[in-house]
Amino acid sequence: MKSIDKQPALKMSFLKALQSLKNFLPIIIGMLLLINLINLFANSYYSKIFTNNSILDPLIGALAGSLSFGIPITSYIVGGELLKQGISLITITAFIMTWTTVGVAMLPLEAKFLGKKFAIVRNILNFIFAIIISILVVSTLTFLYNG
Amino acid sequence: MDKIKNKNKISGGIKFLIVVLIIYSVTALLNFSIIKEAFLNFSQMFIKIIPILIIIFVTMILVNLYFTKDRIGKYLGSKSGIKGWLYAIISGILFSGPPYAFFPLLGELKKGGMKNSLLAVFLYNRNVKIPFLPVTIYYFGLSFTVVLSLYIVMFSILNGKIISWLVKDES
Repeated sequence: MKSIDKQPALKMSFLKALQSLKNFLPIIIGMLLLINLINLFANSYYSKIFTNNSILDPLIGALAGSLSFGIPITSYIVGGELLKQGISLITITAFIMTWTTVGVAMLPLEAKFLGKKFAIVRNILNFIFAIIISILVVSTLTFLYNG
Repeated sequence: MDKIKNKNKISGGIKFLIVVLIIYSVTALLNFSIIKEAFLNFSQMFIKIIPILIIIFVTMILVNLYFTKDRIGKYLGSKSGIKGWLYAIISGILFSGPPYAFFPLLGELKKGGMKNSLLAVFLYNRNVKIPFLPVTIYYFGLSFTVVLSLYIVMFSILNGKIISWLVKDES
């Protein structure tokens, strides 16, 4: 009897989820298409944008990460390669953190579902946190290894 | 009449997709190889998120079915207390997949009463990515990975607190 009662509710839930899918799928497809096009031009510039300035580079790293888009594993690989090229760990950490926590490209999508103010405040906050965390991580590691 | 009008109305998402497709078409006329590469990258990325989208779709059905406003309020809303924060931290760490795929589901939970602070905590903790830990350790070492993960969890709480002060929950 209970399962019969559940049937209309299940159908309603399915239709509601389907409606949401219909709304967000074109946006996700459009965003991914656009970002993959922009990334082709952006990826080759990563190693050229850093200045070896210890104050400016973490900011540039955080900014580059915020504007970049891709699966998070890419940020670790790009970050690892930049580290080999001599870019500081603070800069790389800020880059990785903003890559995964700040989504300028996905801001319209976040605003649509979670609210404009929420999306803007969260992304600004995450940008600031990325720089603070990068400094704290490197300071902690320096403290742990050098006492 | 309004219903017919609404049915014929093209959604903002479709309009956006059409604009992107026009950009692709124009760029293809100028340089076809760039579009080919961009489309291949897009396809690889999209194929990877299909299973996640399916999981999200099924979760949305379950949320619509079982997560009534009362239940969301109890576990993730104003009445959730410290347990709500713990649920948000743990689920944020355990759920894998790109954040944008979660926005529609989180939007549904928000409509049901999920607090802004817990939304922010969930999203921030998604950066402790268990499947990617071996890659992080490979490139940056175990100490870096552990220290970074701990700071992410700590800052997620601060993130949630500040969000709750700055962005008021809808009543």
